[in-house]
Amino acid sequence: MPAREGTYGLLAEFDTPGDLVRAARKARQDGWRRLDCYTPYPVEEAAEAIGFHRNRVPLLTLIGGLMGCAAMFSMETWISVLAYPLNIAGRPTYSWPAFIVPAYEWTILFAGLSAAFGMLALNGLPSLYHPLFNAPNFRDGATTDKFFLCLEALDPKFDLRETKAYLESFQPVSVVEVEY
Amino acid sequence: MATSEVKIKDPGIDPATGEFRVIAQDETFRSVTEKIARIVLTPTTPLGWFALFVIAGAGATVLLVAVAWLFLKGVGIWAITQPVAWGFAIINFVWWIGIGHAGTLISAILLLFKQSWRNSISRFAEAMTIFAVVCAGMFPLIHVGRPWLGYWLFPLPLTMNVWPQFRSPLLWDVFAVSTYATISVVFWYIGMVPDFGTFRDRAQSKIGRYMYGILSLGWRGSVRHWMRYETASLLLAGLATPLVLSVHTVISFDFAVAVLPGWHTTIFPPYFVAGAIYSGFAMVLTLAIPLRKFYHLESLVTERHIDNMGKVMLATGFIVAYGYGMEAFMAWYSASHWEAFMFWNRMFGPMGWSYWVLITCNLLIPLTTLWSRKLRTNIPFMFFLSLVVNTGMWFERFVIVVTSLYRDFLPSSWGTYRATKWDYLTFVGTLGLFTALFLLFVRFLPMIPMNEVRMLLPSAKIKPKAVTEAGD
Repeated sequence: MPAREGTYGLLAEFDTPGDLVRAARKARQDGWRRLDCYTPYPVEEAAEAIGFHRNRVPLLTLIGGLMGCAAMFSMETWISVLAYPLNIAGRPTYSWPAFIVPAYEWTILFAGLSAAFGMLALNGLPSLYHPLFNAPNFRDGATTDKFFLCLEALDPKFDLRETKAYLESFQPVSVVEVEY
Repeated sequence: MATSEVKIKDPGIDPATGEFRVIAQDETFRSVTEKIARIVLTPTTPLGWFALFVIAGAGATVLLVAVAWLFLKGVGIWAITQPVAWGFAIINFVWWIGIGHAGTLISAILLLFKQSWRNSISRFAEAMTIFAVVCAGMFPLIHVGRPWLGYWLFPLPLTMNVWPQFRSPLLWDVFAVSTYATISVVFWYIGMVPDFGTFRDRAQSKIGRYMYGILSLGWRGSVRHWMRYETASLLLAGLATPLVLSVHTVISFDFAVAVLPGWHTTIFPPYFVAGAIYSGFAMVLTLAIPLRKFYHLESLVTERHIDNMGKVMLATGFIVAYGYGMEAFMAWYSASHWEAFMFWNRMFGPMGWSYWVLITCNLLIPLTTLWSRKLRTNIPFMFFLSLVVNTGMWFERFVIVVTSLYRDFLPSSWGTYRATKWDYLTFVGTLGLFTALFLLFVRFLPMIPMNEVRMLLPSAKIKPKAVTEAGD
């Protein structure tokens, strides 16, 4: 990643999830689009407040599951019919009911791996560095008991002084500038 | 209930519901985080941990010796021969994997049913699953006789051009157990990622910050991330639920597909799954009761958890009882001479004692006492009961494997079974390995999911009024 300079955004700290959701909802209503909330546990109301309603993890999971099922079933068919046909008590080589169980297991295997790794990929993880880790109060609170709202400098409405005053109007615990 | 009125002064009981609280009063986000994180992030390890680790490590060493000797001499050092070719290895395999199933039940099925009380026990139940699967998975591998050829089980494009036979439940087992192990590890790790983030931010030592920093993958708690994370967790839970049912079903097929009296029955899949959950909850109790005491986690793993686990055991215990009853009924109703003899032999034959141990441990003791709320919340009693049920479930597998095999159709081919010292040492060794792995988990990983416990606290509730008053 190319080194970026300047301000990443302004970070407001709140004590309760209610204060955070109220501030986030207001900011979104006032036209902010480059904003994010940081919480120590999933706060669904905050995601809705910043307009994040749907994600593509279920789609990835479905695709993965179908691929796993198709891969195993066709492999079983190929092995049993063409590659290594065995006569087991006179049963047909294409004895598909017996193939269901491994195909079922691989549906779950591929779907589960797609859900887990798809979620990480969509989240852009792993990424061990992030500008927010530079904020002095972020690491003490964001994974323990504090709730943060970040208005990012990439938003066209961003102006260091005005935005700071805007965030102060929500009566946060503190507002700090985050550098890249 | 009459008892609840008497005990309502107990601070552990919520007066609104009359139930025990899931989390004790007066806990805050910071206090639960501190309570869980300090166990791992402390620079001093308690002496008791070392003492236990030495004992468990000695057990694991016994396993190493037993397996090394097995590889040198072959499976002849065990008691398995004709007619009992399945002995301890398969008994232990089924017992261990059954124990694992309660972990998945707690972490996945109870999540889907929105049983939020399970949040504080889900992580170590899941860890129990993984370590139980480690112990279980080893047995079929060392039982095949030539474990270095174990890779023949997988459909690999080898130079010999030989492929596996997909009509055998034993091969289905390979896919069921390997999928189960993989999905359990992934579910477990994904669940820990946010907690690793907490550890990264709270660790005092440089190496701790570094290691947990890498493990946390840079988790920073963005709500966008959280929402995808929640979706993925829910999907994984939804996938693990049919998976866990299928795993023990496939294992029961290993028996039920054979034509042997005592095995060839359609009751096996549900009866195996219920038995697995029964023994698994017993193992969760065996682990949870000393843990909460030793690490002072009584406010997070409360009487509510012990009580609820007792109730689940009562329910699954009755399904298991139905299974036993149905086996006896079918032995008579099928009018099959072989079935009837098998059952008579199981109860009153030379190894009949094992059947009565099983009935005592699985039915007589638990199913009469678990009705009482007083006993369900009596911690020493529940610990004792968990050991009883674990013993009973081991004997259930012993009864199924050995007493069905040793006297089948032809009296001329009857035999007997007497486990050797290597059988016992291998079993004791896996107990040691399991305990050692669990102790390492408790010392280095978050054993209670901090992010999920935070959601249970009253301060996590958002009042709708507080949110809207300034906005719309």
